[in-house]
Amino acid sequence: MDWVNAVLQGVLLGGQYALLACGLSLMFGVMRIVNLAHGVLAVAAAYLAYWLVSHTALPSFVTLIIVIPVMAGVGWLLQMGLFNRALKHGELSPLLVSFGVAVIGANLLQEGFKADSRSIGIGDLATSSIKISDDLSIGVFSLITLVIAVVVIGGLTTFMNYTRIGRGMRATKDDHEAAKLMGINERTMYALATAIAIATVALAGVFLGMSTQFTPTYGDLVLIFAFEAVIIGGLGNLWATLIGGLVLGVAQTVGAQINPAYGVLAGHLVFLAVLLVRPQGLLVQKTVMA
Amino acid sequence: MTTLTQPMRGPSALQVSRGDRTSMIGGLAFALIVVVMAAWVPFHFSLGTLTNLVGLFALIILGTTWNLLAGYGGLVSIGQQAFIGAGGYAVIKLADAAGIPLVLSVLLAGVVCAILAYPTSFLLFRLVGGYLAIGTWVVAEVFKLITTQIDSLGGGSGLSLMAFRTDGTSRIARIGTVYWLALAIAVLVILATYFLMRSRLGLGLTAIRDNPTAAGSLGVAVQRSRRIVYVAASAGAGLAGALIAVNSLRVTPDSIYSVNYTAYMIFIVVIGGIGTIEGPILGAIIFYILQQELASHGTWYLIVLGAVAIAVVLAAPKGLWGLLSREGKVEVFPVGHKVTPPR
Repeated sequence: MDWVNAVLQGVLLGGQYALLACGLSLMFGVMRIVNLAHGVLAVAAAYLAYWLVSHTALPSFVTLIIVIPVMAGVGWLLQMGLFNRALKHGELSPLLVSFGVAVIGANLLQEGFKADSRSIGIGDLATSSIKISDDLSIGVFSLITLVIAVVVIGGLTTFMNYTRIGRGMRATKDDHEAAKLMGINERTMYALATAIAIATVALAGVFLGMSTQFTPTYGDLVLIFAFEAVIIGGLGNLWATLIGGLVLGVAQTVGAQINPAYGVLAGHLVFLAVLLVRPQGLLVQKTVMA
Repeated sequence: MTTLTQPMRGPSALQVSRGDRTSMIGGLAFALIVVVMAAWVPFHFSLGTLTNLVGLFALIILGTTWNLLAGYGGLVSIGQQAFIGAGGYAVIKLADAAGIPLVLSVLLAGVVCAILAYPTSFLLFRLVGGYLAIGTWVVAEVFKLITTQIDSLGGGSGLSLMAFRTDGTSRIARIGTVYWLALAIAVLVILATYFLMRSRLGLGLTAIRDNPTAAGSLGVAVQRSRRIVYVAASAGAGLAGALIAVNSLRVTPDSIYSVNYTAYMIFIVVIGGIGTIEGPILGAIIFYILQQELASHGTWYLIVLGAVAIAVVLAAPKGLWGLLSREGKVEVFPVGHKVTPPR
């Protein structure tokens, strides 16, 4: 029963990873930008929520109403101010710029909040669970996270497929010259895409901060886990990212079941195994690594 | 620094040269600085300064080899700390457990890292661009986690270097040895990069940097060249890690596998000037001075450097050396060819 429980908890944990990963997947999908500041932005959102909770009387979940738009604005500004310019200098520049943003962000958080670990209180929700059998129970909060991950990914997919702006983004991705000729403003499309991506990162970051302790450097792990989820699932498909997140979560909890010290390592090893055996990802048919 | 004249004769003869008088002067200045660092500095500065300078030499090695990866190979790695750590642990194990003389242990640590890097490259090269970058970081995390799990490597608390203590080396002799060794390795790494970039392989790498597809179609072995660069750069990171370990006499998984080294390398190369040999040396010196000056103000130097690096990428992609060299007119280490039309 321990193993069934480990898998079940892994699936729930995977929901969190999928939620963290979809912004990374979206930014790569639309702009071919690998945003190394992804993890730091998630943690920054968590700190913002933490600060709001401790300085105002706002309940934890209500902070999302402020945190998500603020972070979306940060995303818009990052794209307009930095990434759009960096894209003109070739493939390496956005990577280097986002790395600079990550280092600045992590160290500003370090200066502002010190290295102590924090978490966002959610009261009874943190411990309440649904009992399935004597040995199995599901944390309500983890379940909510998983459901939100599915809703966000479903929402993003629908948005990309069926709305005018989503179609514009896909057009820009497929052929940005042609999209420009059709009257689509590439820079605005990209800024919107990043704003949406960072909004999901903010949501994921606040949920992360509600479920675990975080520090200014926690973004490193967030970036790595999000990235692993994207690659395990396969690039270019948000549902694949969801599966990737679940596989990563299960790998970690099953690894931890073997030995508590092996959890994260097991996740990395599954990632490397996927890279070795099926580099295009578990769900994607064609090779899209180029 | 040599001038080659094409065998062509007559009025249409093109002059192809590598380097000119500036590179002659620059080369002499470089040699002079090395001589001063080797023969004068150790006898006129405190031991503490020499220990700090070893840190500078390690930064120069790290910058130079990261530039080889990103500036010439087009491979942005944010995981070279895998090999800094492996080199640091390797040198201590080789010197203490195997009893190999320290100088040889440091060099062997580089070899160990090259051996580790070769199979790793087959995994990583399935990724490209930004995903390769994060992939290298995952590898570094795996290296760190595995190191932490091995009891004979001290687990989470790390290892101390005992070789100096057990063979009764005095503090002066120890610091002197490490200083000269670090200087020698830094100079060798720079010169090796210089000759590599002047070779046929270097020419191919320059082509790959500018356009991998075109380079491949012209017969450059893209993957093989990149693999060679990755292995060489990882050996360099290993040497730097070994020097850092013997300089501080101690390694812990969290410090020697720190992703901060990647931040240092990127800032050094980007600010100094990516894709040049001079840039990372200049960048390392600037970084070192800033780090020393601002160390008492916490991590602000990283925030400042991050902002400067972003500004450089966006506004002056050739870095400080690009500005100083007037767009490549001045070269201390000429690796390209200049064609002069007939007069």
